[in-house]
Amino acid sequence: MNKKQKKVLIRIIAAAVMMIVLLPIPLEEKSILRFLLFLIPYFTIGYDILRKAFKGIKNKQVFDENFLMAVATIGAMALGEYTEGVAVMLFYQIGELFQSYAVGKSRRNISALMDIRPDFANVMLDGKLTQIDPDEVEVGSEIIVQPGEKIPIDGIVVNGVSTLDTAALTGESVPRSAKPSDEVISGCINMSGVLTIKTTKEFGESTASKILDLVENASSKKSKPENFISKFARIYTPVVCYLAVALAVLPPVIRAIVGMNPLWSQWIYRALTFLVISCPCALVISIPLTFFAGIGGASREGVLVKGSNYLDLLSKAKIAVMDKTGTLTEGVFKVTKLVPVDISAEKLLEITAMAEVYSNHPISKSLKDSYNRPIDTSRVTDVEEISGQGIRATVDGAIVYAGNEKLMSSIGVNILNVTEPGTVIHVVVDDKYEGYILISDQLKATSKSAIAAMKKAGISQTVMLTGDSKNVADIVSGELGIDKTFSELLPADKVEKVEELLELKEAKEQLIFVGDGINDAPVLSRADVGIAMGALGSDAAIEAADIVLMDDDPMKIAKAIGISKKCMRIVYENIYFAIGVKVLCLLLGAIGIANMWYAIFADVGVMVLAVLNAIRALRVRNV
Amino acid sequence: MKKTYKIDVDCANCANKMEQAAKETAGVADATVNFMALKMNVEFEEGADVKAVMAEVLKNCKKVEDDCEIFI
Repeated sequence: MNKKQKKVLIRIIAAAVMMIVLLPIPLEEKSILRFLLFLIPYFTIGYDILRKAFKGIKNKQVFDENFLMAVATIGAMALGEYTEGVAVMLFYQIGELFQSYAVGKSRRNISALMDIRPDFANVMLDGKLTQIDPDEVEVGSEIIVQPGEKIPIDGIVVNGVSTLDTAALTGESVPRSAKPSDEVISGCINMSGVLTIKTTKEFGESTASKILDLVENASSKKSKPENFISKFARIYTPVVCYLAVALAVLPPVIRAIVGMNPLWSQWIYRALTFLVISCPCALVISIPLTFFAGIGGASREGVLVKGSNYLDLLSKAKIAVMDKTGTLTEGVFKVTKLVPVDISAEKLLEITAMAEVYSNHPISKSLKDSYNRPIDTSRVTDVEEISGQGIRATVDGAIVYAGNEKLMSSIGVNILNVTEPGTVIHVVVDDKYEGYILISDQLKATSKSAIAAMKKAGISQTVMLTGDSKNVADIVSGELGIDKTFSELLPADKVEKVEELLELKEAKEQLIFVGDGINDAPVLSRADVGIAMGALGSDAAIEAADIVLMDDDPMKIAKAIGISKKCMRIVYENIYFAIGVKVLCLLLGAIGIANMWYAIFADVGVMVLAVLNAIRALRVRNV
Repeated sequence: MKKTYKIDVDCANCANKMEQAAKETAGVADATVNFMALKMNVEFEEGADVKAVMAEVLKNCKKVEDDCEIFI
């Protein structure tokens, strides 16, 4: 508890003790002495509320809960209901204290979850290990990370072998290994050995800083229920106040006109009860708290959500569009077959690897890996990438074309027919067809169960997009049980396909796109909810996506949907519960069944229950 | 231009009021208050004097909720 909360607690206890002492004293009902005695606990517990209400009126901000409570309790005191006047203030303060304690507690809880902020970096200064502010470390410096410390800045291991705990980043409990020339990311905890790391980024650009920034700035994009509640609160309080005035004035006036006893004090009392019930605190606090807890719980599971509106949209996801490579498959290509025509297999691989030497495409990388010898780049000239088709280059003076069927037909070369699944690279040297290389990618171990889990989580249509050949795409989608497949797409075609799907769907259904963040930033931003996976180290993905999955397990997609559904369920439970109980109590209060005691318990009780329910959104481990 | 400020306020409804007050301040294009994170994101209008606008925002927030603070 902080200072403010402790002060309130002391006032609550003091006022409660005074009440216990005062109540048994036999004093005449409605006597001046009794009134004066009860004023002591009343001011002890309520002076700040009264002051705030007064200031509100002065600043023309009349209708807030302080005003409601002030009017209700002053009214009760004026009617001679001293016990109730004090009790309403007392329980109202208990409720406020509970709420502020619960909010503070979940704030601390969530910041503890995201405890990846590195406080220092160790550097060698004059032969001595010195701790400095990670902000001061320049790119390319060497830092030393000892066992038990957090890696402060992204970099490459220069020296040392260790295992890294990435749980705070990914929710994954299996440690990763780190050895020289491995890339490591900030926020991981070094578990066993001493590592020397050459930094590749500034502190502010490092993974840990980016993630913290993302989490801390989440929920600046507010969801529909949140906007609804803040609008509701703005309209609701004045409306209730006018209703209360009507309740206090109209029935007695009508009774007086028809010649009955007007019963002024009874109707005023009912109107005051009305005011106590109407306090909107339960709603106003529990909705943002639920989203905050939901986003916090999700980040503990390695699912980073950029705003509460995305939780709302994700819970209504019906169409899941996924990229194939890197999302459903490992994205690691391996040369699986060499089919030369006239030259040796080795020569075929060599020529192709050389032609692709400057390309960063995963396929080129796999060719170079498979060739596994240093390439003399002076032998390669005039390299031209032909987007979506392949490459043209001059190798040892011969013009080499390496690429897919489209490229071959565009240069008019007859090729062998290939039936195996995988990416086929046909090779032509000086207009002569020299054979092909087969490269294939493996499905991720969890892809199949991930698709099934998505269906269970309410996705009605799964769609796969890929730049790969129809042949490969159909085999993959058949194996995984995907509903629709679009193959042989260029990056721009993917955006077009997503736009087509967006037009076909019903307005209420949401379309999510899941990609690995490489080349699909435009699609990520076009979809209703863009999800980037395997985001460790990929800044572009973190920027473009609405939701970031920290590791590359496709099961996390269904998990994220599950978390969003749980969060939204709690949000709606709280809205219906709080409004429902309030309306019921308002009715009972208006007809005189509920007195001020019921009213204050309804108010504080609903708030406590709604807050406890909201905190449930934090627990999402088994969603 | 966008800027984020730390704030201090006790209740969620007061945070909503601060948001409304900030939004209505001249020179502010848009503002959101995140009660749970105790942060205010302010998007300024082009060419606005950030310091002067924020002083005005604080004044307006104090008007609607006396018990609040913006750490400018």
